Amino acid sequence: MLRSLNIDPEKCTGCLQCEMACSYENEGVFNPAKSRIKVFTFHDEGRFVPYTCTQCDEAWCLHACPVEAIKMNRETGAMEVSDSVCVGCKVCTIACPFGTVNYNQDTGKVVKCDLCGGDPKCATACPTDAITYVDANATGLDKMRAWAAKTDNAASA
Amino acid sequence: MKHVIVGAGPAGVVAAETIRKLDPSAEVTIIGNEPEPPYSRMAIPYLLIDNIEEEGTYLRKEETHFSDSAINVVVDTVVSVDPGAHSLALGSGKNMEYDKLLIASGSTPISPPIPGIDNPRVTSCWTLDDARKITSGIKPGAPVVLIGAGFIGCIILEALVSAGANLTVVEMGNRMVPRMLDETCGTLLEKWCKEKGVNVMTSSQVEAIEDASDNVRVKISGNREVEAELVISAAGVRANAGFLEGSGVEMSNGAVVIDEYMCSSVADIYAAGDVACGRDFSTGEYSVQAIQPTAVDHGRAAASNMVDHGAVRHQGSVLMNVLDTMGLISASYGQWEGIKGGDTATLVDKDNFRYLQLQFDGDRLIGANTLGMTQHIGVLRGLVQGRFHLGNWKNRLMDNPLLVMEAYLAATQGIQA
Ligand SMILES: Cc1cc2nc3c(=O)[nH]c(=O)nc-3n(C[C@H](O)[C@H](O)[C@H](O)COP(=O)(O)OP(=O)(O)OC[C@H]3O[C@@H](n4cnc5c(N)ncnc54)[C@H](O)[C@@H]3O)c2cc1C
Ligand code: SF4
Repeated sequence: MLRSLNIDPEKCTGCLQCEMACSYENEGVFNPAKSRIKVFTFHDEGRFVPYTCTQCDEAWCLHACPVEAIKMNRETGAMEVSDSVCVGCKVCTIACPFGTVNYNQDTGKVVKCDLCGGDPKCATACPTDAITYVDANATGLDKMRAWAAKTDNAASA
Repeated sequence: MKHVIVGAGPAGVVAAETIRKLDPSAEVTIIGNEPEPPYSRMAIPYLLIDNIEEEGTYLRKEETHFSDSAINVVVDTVVSVDPGAHSLALGSGKNMEYDKLLIASGSTPISPPIPGIDNPRVTSCWTLDDARKITSGIKPGAPVVLIGAGFIGCIILEALVSAGANLTVVEMGNRMVPRMLDETCGTLLEKWCKEKGVNVMTSSQVEAIEDASDNVRVKISGNREVEAELVISAAGVRANAGFLEGSGVEMSNGAVVIDEYMCSSVADIYAAGDVACGRDFSTGEYSVQAIQPTAVDHGRAAASNMVDHGAVRHQGSVLMNVLDTMGLISASYGQWEGIKGGDTATLVDKDNFRYLQLQFDGDRLIGANTLGMTQHIGVLRGLVQGRFHLGNWKNRLMDNPLLVMEAYLAATQGIQA
C-alpha cells in the first residue's frame, strides 16, 4: 500500500530537525537552506508550518516537463526527477502551484521531495509527530483535499 | 472512433496519449512533418550547448512508446482539410479520413521584412534542423547577431554565448523581453547581459543584411553596422494554419479560434497549442500564448472533448514564462502588467539583480514578475490560479512581497493575519 507524508502543523515546534535530516540525506550536509521540506514561521501568530511536495495526482510538474524527466515511482508514489534526463529548463518550477519544485543553480537541475525512496528522513527526525509517514489509501487529489481541510480545522481549532 | 492529430509537438503527443487513456479502442494517428521522432523545441537550447544529445530532446524516451500505446505516428504534411468529407489531403498524395480531427500544428518563425533576410547566413532557431545549422555555424569567438530579444531570443541567447559566440542582440522594444518583463525587470536584465559582455541594442532595428567577403554586414538603425558569421532571427512566430484555407475554420490573426471545449467553428475539428487562439485564465479572453505548458494543457483538454464532447470545460491557461539568461533567472505570471485600479507591490535590489513585482485586483494576486529568484516561484501560480482572497495578507505583501509563500500557506491553511 502506498504511504504518504502527513503533516500536522499544530504539533510543529519549529525545531527544524526535518530540514536538517532532509539536507543531510539528500545533499550530504546539515544545511536547512538545502532542505526539500521547509518550515515556515509565522512569528506574529506563533505558528510553524512544515511544507513539502504532496506527490499530488495532478502532478503539474510531471505534465509540464518537456523531456519526460519527472516520473512517478510506482512503489512509493513519489514524483521523481531524473537528473540525467532533466535539462534544467525550470518549467516544472513555475508550473507547480504549490511551489515545491525548486531550481538548484549549482547543479543546473531541479530538486523536489522524493520521499527518500520510501523512508522519508524528515518523518523519522520529527520528535513531535508533526510529520508522519502513513498509509495513503486515498488518491493524490483526495490526499491534498484532506490535507488542506485538516490543516484548516487545526487552524481554527 | 478514428482520431487524427496534425502535429507531433507536445500538444499533439499529449492529446494522443490522453485519447488512448480515455478510449482504449480508439484509433489514434499523429501526422507530423518533421523527420525526427516527436521532440520538444524547448530542449533545443540545451542541445546547442552540448548538454544533451538530440535524443535528449525527444518528448518520449522509450523507443517503442508510441507503438506500445498503439499510436500511429506518420511523417507526412497535411495540405488541406475537407470537413464535409471528414478527410485530409496529404503531401504524399494520400488522403486520410477522420471522425475527430485535432489541429496541433504549432507555429513557425516569421521572416521580418528586412532586405537580405534570405541570406544563407541567416537562420531561425526553431527546429532540430535549425539547431544543427547553428551548432555547425558557431565557432568560438565568431561574431553572431541575434535579431529579437523576446522570450525565444532570450532563451537561446545564453546558449549562443556559451557556445562561444561574440554576440550582438538587436531588439526593437525599449528593453529586453518587453512582452514578458516590466520596464524595471527588462532593463535590469539588459544591464546584466551587457556586464557579461553581450552587445545589447534595444530600441534598435536591423535595416539590412548585406554580403561581405566571408561573412555578412548587418546594418542597424542609427547608422550602426556589425559584421557577423551567423545571423539568428527570432522576431516572432505565426501559426501553421495555411492548410486550413477553404475549410471554413474561423481564424483570428492566423490562429484557429476555439471555444471552451477546444472546438473550432467547424464540428469535429479541435485545436491545441501554438496554433490555437485559446482562453487565457486571467483575462477570459482568447489569445495565442505560445508556451509549452499551455500546449500540454490544451492537448489534454482537447483530447477529453474529442473522446466525449463536453467532458472538459477549459478554464483557460495561466500565462507563465521562466527564462535563464546567463545565470539570471526571470519569470512572469498572468497579468504581470497589472490592471487599472489594481495595486502593485515591488521590491527591487538593483545591485544584486533581484526584483519581485506583484499585481493585485483587490486582495487577489493576478500576476507577477520575478528576477533572481529560484525558490518557491510556483506558488505564484498557485495564488493566481486559486484566486484566493488574501485579506490582510495582501497588506503584508504590499509591505514585503517576499512573503508570498507565507501568504499562500495562510490562505490555504486558514492562518489569519
Ligand atoms: C528554442 C525554443 C525554446 C523554447 N523554450 C520555451 C520555454 O522555455 N518555455 C516555454 O513554455 N516554451 C518554450 N518554447 C515554445 C514551445 O516550444 C512551444 O510553445 C511548443 O512547442 C508548442 O507546442 P505545439 O505542440 O503547439 O507545437 P510544435 O511544438 O511547434 O509542434 C507542431 C508540429 O506540427 C508540425 N506541422 C506543422 N504543420 C504541419 C502540417 N501541415 N502537417 C503536418 N505537420 C505539421 C510542425 O512541423 C511541428 O512538428 C520554445 C521554443 C523554441 C523554438
Ligand atoms: S527543469 Fe528538468 S524536470 Fe523540470 S521541466 Fe525542465 S527538464 Fe523537466
